[in-house]
Amino acid sequence: MQYLVSVIDDKSSPGRTDRQPAISEFNDRLIAEGYWVFAGGLADTGSATVVDNRGEQVVLTDGPFVESKEYLAGVWVWDVPDLDVALRLAGEASKVCDRKIEVRPFR
Amino acid sequence: MSDVEAAVTRAHRDEWARLVAALTRRFGDLDIAEEAAAEAFATAVERWPGDGVPPNPGAWLTTTAQRKAIDRIRRENKRDDKHEEARVGYDAGPPEPSGAIDDDRLRLTFTCCHPALAVPARVALTLRMVGGLTVPEIARAFLVKETALEQRITRAKAKIKAARIPYRMPSAEDLPARVSAVLVVLYLVFNEGYLATGPGADPVRRDLTAEAIRLTRLIHGLLPGDGEVTGLLALMLLIEARRPARVSAGELVALDEQDRGAWDAELVAEGHRLVRERLATGVAPGRYQILAAINAVHTSARDVRDTDWSQILALYDQLVRVDPSPIVVLNRAVAVAELDGPEVALAAVDRLEEQLDGYHAYHVTRADLLRRLGRGEQARAAYDKAIELAGNTAETAYLKRRRDQLG
Repeated sequence: MQYLVSVIDDKSSPGRTDRQPAISEFNDRLIAEGYWVFAGGLADTGSATVVDNRGEQVVLTDGPFVESKEYLAGVWVWDVPDLDVALRLAGEASKVCDRKIEVRPFR
Repeated sequence: MSDVEAAVTRAHRDEWARLVAALTRRFGDLDIAEEAAAEAFATAVERWPGDGVPPNPGAWLTTTAQRKAIDRIRRENKRDDKHEEARVGYDAGPPEPSGAIDDDRLRLTFTCCHPALAVPARVALTLRMVGGLTVPEIARAFLVKETALEQRITRAKAKIKAARIPYRMPSAEDLPARVSAVLVVLYLVFNEGYLATGPGADPVRRDLTAEAIRLTRLIHGLLPGDGEVTGLLALMLLIEARRPARVSAGELVALDEQDRGAWDAELVAEGHRLVRERLATGVAPGRYQILAAINAVHTSARDVRDTDWSQILALYDQLVRVDPSPIVVLNRAVAVAELDGPEVALAAVDRLEEQLDGYHAYHVTRADLLRRLGRGEQARAAYDKAIELAGNTAETAYLKRRRDQLG
């Protein structure tokens, strides 16, 4: 069962910026335990571009699809047996990243 | 009630949770389990009057329900793939050793009370799947529309399936947190029965307190060594024991004015026995055990004047260390008033204003202390505020009388 694990940061009270070594260590553990599928940190939301080609021609918009105080700072994809395992790991991830974590199953 | 009706009612009480739990394990789907169990009981109601009550109603219901479930799966053949997928998740390996008995009903309870579900969803799902209450019954109990409650249950079941909330015993590491998620649900059901809210509601919903006690007994039977489960059961029994004396002519009767002879002596004795059993273990008690001990001290006094207030205060001090919430501090002040006088207690209560101004019990406690201090004007204002915030009809009646007696 795969889950999208989102790291959520808050512009008004951002998490600490010195977390990378701890995150790398945590990633190594995820790989060793066979849960790791993918991981990636994201650049600032200001670097996003929204593409909409549902109409006559493609429309590009500068910025993220939704402006909000809280935003997606990075993602993981984990392959774990069930939600209990995902939630336990997410608890650790939240400490490691010093940020909130959303756990959402893939269909 | 005819013998057959009584047999169906008894079977429903004794077998529902076991049936739903076993079906969930076998078919890996809460929806199928719930529907098949309900259909099996409907068939019993239809058949038993003519065919007679089967010698083993539980086995009859299981066979009938399994047949219903298989029929449904065949009917919905095209959805088989999805069921197959769900089954894999539900049988995800043997339970991790946690020291608790691996019982289907416990698995079901832990699934319905999973902390990833919102508390109202846990309550509704537990009462339906474990308690066997119908959707209209639960909707009535919590004063919500049937359609809204049905939706709450449907959404919760969908999340369990989509997010793959496992149907198994929690690991030893997770067990304490998972048990407390269950106890929150049971205590909430009990409290809604004990102090029912809403203008049209009966002041005491005996059906809800009884259901909460029944489910807590079930969990206690399955986790007999868990101190907090024992504590919550004792707490409920000691509160329930006072029910006959708690409401008179539609008005709440305060603890110090209750006819203690009307208390249910059997429930008091059972509650005391459970509290003593926990004391004997020497293990540091949690929140529910301390609350039960406080209630044990109250119910040990044959006359309110015999109440051992210093013991009660010592227990509240212990509770504050476990749960330093303002509500605990408020209740502690009631014991302080008995030992150090209402003035000292009032000073402690007034410090809680910012946190508890919207909570009716804060104003009830203040009103009583101000009354005892002879500060009539302020007491009246506090009663007014308490009446405005109280949701229970019997409590409102009591507060109005107290206010009007101020003269």
